[in-house]
Amino acid sequence: MKETPLSNCERRFLLRAIEEKKRLDGRQTYDYRNIKISFGTDYGCCVVELGKTRVLGQVSCELVSPKLNRATEGILFFNLELSQMAAPAFEPGRQSDLLVKLNRLLERCLRNSKCIDTESLCVVAGEKVWQIRVDLHLLNHDGNIIDAASIAAIVALCHFRRPDVSVQGDEVTLYTPEERDPVPLSIHHMPICVSFAFFQQGTYLLVDPNEREERVMDGLLVLAMNKHREICTIQSSGGIMLLKEQVLRCSKIAGVKVAEITELIQKALENDQKVRKEGGKFGFAESIANQRITAFKMEKAPIDTSDVEEKAEEIIAEAEPPSEVVSKPVLWTPGTAQIGEGIENSWGDLEDSEKEDEDEGGSDEAIILDSITMDTGVEVSNIGSQDAPIVLSDSEEEEMIILEPDKNPKKIR
Amino acid sequence: FWGAAAVSLQRSAHPLLCYVAHVTVGLAQNFLPEWTLLGDTSVLAGVYGPAEVKVSKEIFNKATLEVILRPKIGLPGVAEKSRERLIRNTCEAVVLGTLHPRTSITVVLQVISDAGSLLACCLNAACMALVDAGVPMRSLFCGVTCALDSDGTLMLDPTAKQEKEARAVLTFALDSVERKLLMSTTKGLYSDAELQQCLAAAQAASQHVFRFYRESLQRRYSKS
Repeated sequence: MKETPLSNCERRFLLRAIEEKKRLDGRQTYDYRNIKISFGTDYGCCVVELGKTRVLGQVSCELVSPKLNRATEGILFFNLELSQMAAPAFEPGRQSDLLVKLNRLLERCLRNSKCIDTESLCVVAGEKVWQIRVDLHLLNHDGNIIDAASIAAIVALCHFRRPDVSVQGDEVTLYTPEERDPVPLSIHHMPICVSFAFFQQGTYLLVDPNEREERVMDGLLVLAMNKHREICTIQSSGGIMLLKEQVLRCSKIAGVKVAEITELIQKALENDQKVRKEGGKFGFAESIANQRITAFKMEKAPIDTSDVEEKAEEIIAEAEPPSEVVSKPVLWTPGTAQIGEGIENSWGDLEDSEKEDEDEGGSDEAIILDSITMDTGVEVSNIGSQDAPIVLSDSEEEEMIILEPDKNPKKIR
Repeated sequence: FWGAAAVSLQRSAHPLLCYVAHVTVGLAQNFLPEWTLLGDTSVLAGVYGPAEVKVSKEIFNKATLEVILRPKIGLPGVAEKSRERLIRNTCEAVVLGTLHPRTSITVVLQVISDAGSLLACCLNAACMALVDAGVPMRSLFCGVTCALDSDGTLMLDPTAKQEKEARAVLTFALDSVERKLLMSTTKGLYSDAELQQCLAAAQAASQHVFRFYRESLQRRYSKS
């Protein structure tokens, strides 16, 4: 579906409000929206909500052979998908620019910063390494996809547990989760992206723009930092020209924000771990059911299936037996067989119609198809048709040649 | 048999035509009475429509129904396409497309977690999303999965492990008015008597699902 364009008065309204340091949802210039992190029942599954922007992240792993030039390192694979659920404009074929930009940014942020120790993912050097795959799905778009996606990715990676592997000499044993507890990934630091939107050629800036603000912004600066105040990635897009002081100021703000977000992530991870250890119920079922007043939950209930068998028997007894299917294949020549007779010819009597198109009147006569049946007759060679051999009749051609396989093998040459 | 939570968020993109509903439905758990800590199956569904449709896809007298199913891991493949088609056939039987000709109704399903009975869960989510979006339908529908194991025991809403070990897995889509069969897809070996038994069991189970629909919708509309 096409995106509805932003009206001029809405654009002017937003820009005027920003000039007066006001935001539509009442936030301050440097305020983030509420971040909510919830985990699923599988390890490595999480949903991050940044205001109304929602991203689902899932990490999975597989044993593969390593890349040829990096024989001792595991493989990391990131994939962000903009589901059509997120916005009507995100059609499956149409979002390539934005998608490529976000994916690339995410990869640079997580892969190039070496936040995950890929050497620890090696099982047998040169032969088997772990391939870690991070799938992110955008469920709802309300601005600032990259921040939500980076938080979801890092949370999912921290939450994920891979199966335990032991190597003894040449033997490699892969333990299932029941045999040995799965092992977390080794993560050095947590890079988190912070977005800054610029308006009026860099005069005004906003942190964490929402969807409306993104539509009217001039440019975007994305800074990925970790809590040790190390910058992992910087990207400035939109063609705005920033001064050095502006970039430094943004990095200071980002440092503060990242520290807060990292603390939030740690707390969420700890909570989930506690619940799992204590054996309580975890997963989306619990977190969603408690949070929303419109959520409705029904406990599992056994179903009374005692009368099922009787009902089934009744139905079968009353049902008619299936009509007998008689299939007697007739072999005309090697490679040509016929099953059944086909339906009656409904083209009408062919006697008056000629091959040329002039005689269109012939086809309009609408000759009724009473007794026209397609009889084909070639001598039946093999399999059991009890019908007597039938003579070929219908064809209107003068010269009719019946090819009979037994009689004319020589002519074919 | 169903521990289910329905969550509805609403956002209207266009006051007259489009309507977006987000619903999470269906956490299928084991039908046997003992509580085992099993995973939950949950699917998020969103519906857009009736909305503008591309000229190549428009049908002159009906709405074009599209179903998009996205798996959690990896890119969508053939299994997803076949499930999309089954869900689409069910929805087309139920949605009154002739009231909105030359428009498109898109149902987007995202698998949040899969622990067995996925197709049934997708069907339920799609139905709730269509109801929430206000798309006109002639009846509601629900999905129920049955599994038959090697000694002929019938299990409703099997978990992933039960599905793998079962001799046959049957999924039915039933309508709400007369519990008639809208769609069935089966995998495995079973006799015709067993088929009828499973169908009767599914019909009994569907009553619970429809009651759940009714109660959750009542709850939702009483708050807004």
